[in-house]
Order: sequence, then structure tokens, then C-alpha cells
Amino acid sequence: MRHLIDIRDLAQKEILALLDRAGDIMEHPADYREACRYKKLATLFFEPSTRTRLSFEAAMMELGGGVLGFSEAASSSASKGESVADTVRVVGCYADIIAMRHPKEGAPLAAALHSSVPIINAGDGGHNHPTQTLTDLFTIRRELGSLNNFTIGLCGDLKFGRTVHSLIAALTRCEGVRFVCISPEELRLPGYVRRELLERSGADFTEVRGLEEVMPELDVLYMTRVQRERFFNEEDYLRLKDSYILTPAKLASARAGMRILHPLPRVNEIDTAIDADPRAAYFRQALGGKFVRMALILKLLEEAGK
Amino acid sequence: MNIDSIKNGLVIDHIRAGGAMDLYRLLRLGEMDCTVAIIKNAPSVKLGRKDIIKIDSPDELDLGVIGFVDPDATVNVIRDGVLVDKRRLDLPERIVNVLKCRNPRCITSVEPGLDRVFYLSDRERHTYRCLYCDTRAELDRK
Repeated sequence: MRHLIDIRDLAQKEILALLDRAGDIMEHPADYREACRYKKLATLFFEPSTRTRLSFEAAMMELGGGVLGFSEAASSSASKGESVADTVRVVGCYADIIAMRHPKEGAPLAAALHSSVPIINAGDGGHNHPTQTLTDLFTIRRELGSLNNFTIGLCGDLKFGRTVHSLIAALTRCEGVRFVCISPEELRLPGYVRRELLERSGADFTEVRGLEEVMPELDVLYMTRVQRERFFNEEDYLRLKDSYILTPAKLASARAGMRILHPLPRVNEIDTAIDADPRAAYFRQALGGKFVRMALILKLLEEAGK
Repeated sequence: MNIDSIKNGLVIDHIRAGGAMDLYRLLRLGEMDCTVAIIKNAPSVKLGRKDIIKIDSPDELDLGVIGFVDPDATVNVIRDGVLVDKRRLDLPERIVNVLKCRNPRCITSVEPGLDRVFYLSDRERHTYRCLYCDTRAELDRK
């Protein structure tokens, strides 16, 4: 049984085929309206996540399938102490495919070990979120025309940001991607991500503290939120927080073709005045997430012979 | 100091001084009925001081963990009182149900019946990570 737990579960050519298909769905939605007729997606969300859950549900609905599930652990049997393994064994009796979000890291992998239907990891704590990575890749390719030979600035919380780590893992498999890591000292990329992803792959990467100094070099700027609770003291947070907020003034030196991505939700790290700028791609990114999830549901159901 | 030679079993030699009890615990030797001798701080030309564990007629042992705890340790296999094999242990690709993940957010902390699996993620640095949450394995030296 094929599942998607970590973006590295997919070979590069599979990722590219998924992005091709997502693009085709986006261009020809009518061709896919019945593709999952009579099929059911179970969304098992053991912690709330509005965007991801709605994106999965919209994806299945637009494929002509049905959706069932729960949106928080309190309304699931987990509140009675049921194990993840038992939950997916039972849900597999009622649904053809499962999208699972869980606060415990590795829960979707534990589920996959016992599931009779494909499991999609829709986020496991601070660990993996592979459909966000597929969404990021889809957006970059659609906006730039290629996943090769560009410079990406990763800005903000690079230490705890799971989307950043997964995106780096995926982009190190592409050709000629240069990484510019922009963060305060406290939120630098963890050493193992530097060693095991960037250095091992031979990728070209630099680490800087300031966003403005590298802005003119970037083809993509991937923003993340710098959270107050990540700092040891309030003084450092106050000193640094504005450095990582994108404003029209900071954007002035950016290339006309640069694109701004953000996994959302945004709090204040991108000034809303930027939303109307054509370089702001984050809402198009959210839309792309639905098409990517449609392509993924189709692929996993096909491979499961359903 | 003399410890009787063993007839059939293993001698884990060249353990860094102080490491024998970690291995004793991780190999679960305390749960076995076989005779075990631990020699601490034995003089060693190579290491200065070393630990040695002698195990007579052990049950099945998963020796893979030795490479993780102490890559310099050697294992001598004794049969009928004769040394028949001398092994240096390579790092195993996986260590199963020996180490516990220290990440409280890991699913292994709550899910019953789940094998605790660590995979080799960096051979040069001897780094193992939890299969479920990717947290680095560390020895719990209690």
C-alpha cells in the first residue's frame, strides 16, 4: 500500500508527474469532475487546521467523491483512548483514502503501518507536512516556469519551521537551486538540516541575518512567521521582529519577477499592502494546494487499485 | 583480577571505560539467565582503561546496538573454549526496540504496541534518528 508520509517518499519524477497532473486539473477541471465518483476521503484531524482540511475536502469534492471525518480529537474516538492503529483500521472499513493530521510526530507513519487504505500525512506536529511541500513546488514551478536554476530566500523561523525543512529536502533534488537562509541567530537552520540536506547534496547556500541585503538576488522569497515564544527573552524578540516583516519599502529592491510565498496563516510578517503586488503569490499558492491534493488523491487511489 | 574463561559465548572487549553498564542495559543482559561478568577499568595498551563484558551461553542477542554505543568495541566469539571469530561491529542500518525516543511529542510516547525503530542517518557522526519523528537518538545513561 502506497502512502505519503514524508516528501522523500516520492521519487523526483513522481513529484514532477504529480505537478503536471495538478496543472492539468487546474486547466481542465471538468475532465476530473467524476474521477473519484463513489469514493470517500476520510479527513482525520486530531487537531484543528482549517485551511488544510478544507483544501483536502474541496479537492475530493471536485473529484466527485465524498468526504467524512472529524476536525478535532475531542470529536473522535481518540478522546476515549483509542490508538491510532485501531482508528485507521476501522476508518479503512468506511473510506477509500485517509488524510490525517495529528499533534504527535510520526502518527501518520504509525497509522500507515496498520492501514488497508492509503494514508496522506496532512501534518504531524512540527514534523512533516508533505502536501504543503508539493503545494510550494507547484507554485514555484508555475510562477517561475521551472524548478531548476533559481535562488530562493527562506526567511524567518528556519529552526522550527517544518515547511522550510521539507522544502529544502525537495529542492536539493532539483538542479542549480541556490539557498539564501535569512534568520536571526536564534532561529537559524538546525545543524542537521544544514549537514544532512544542504551540505550532503552539495547545494549552494548562504546564511545571512538581514533580508534587505539579499533581496535583489532572490527569485523566490519564502516567508515564515517569527514567533515571540521562540525567543529566550522579550528584548531580543522586540529587537528582531521587524527585521523579518516584509513591507513595500523592503520590497523596493526586489526583482520584478520575484515571487513571494508563504505557507499561511500570516499574522503580521507580510504587510497587507503587498497583497495587491503581482509578486505576492501566497493566495495563488493556497489555491494550487487544492489541485496538488487532487492529483495526489488520484495517484494514491490508482496505485491502491481503487 | 581473574574471571573464569567462558566455554561458549561472547566477550565484548575494548569497551570505552564506563560504557559496560550502558551495554549491559541495552543488551538486556539483566533479563537473561546466562552468566555475565563485567570487568570495569581494566588496563589497556590501546585505550588506557577499558571495560569488558563476558557472557556465557547467551540467548539470542541483538549485537547491532554495540556499534551505536561504542564503535570501537570488539566481539570475540568463543566456542568450546576456543576463539572462533573476532568481529568489529559495523553500524546497523536500524536499531529496533532497544532505544527509546526522548521526544515527548513523538507518537511512540503514547501509541501502544509500536516498535521503537531508529535508522542510521549519518554514518560519519554515528547519528541515529527516530523513524517516526526524526529526533536524534541519545543514550539514556541512568
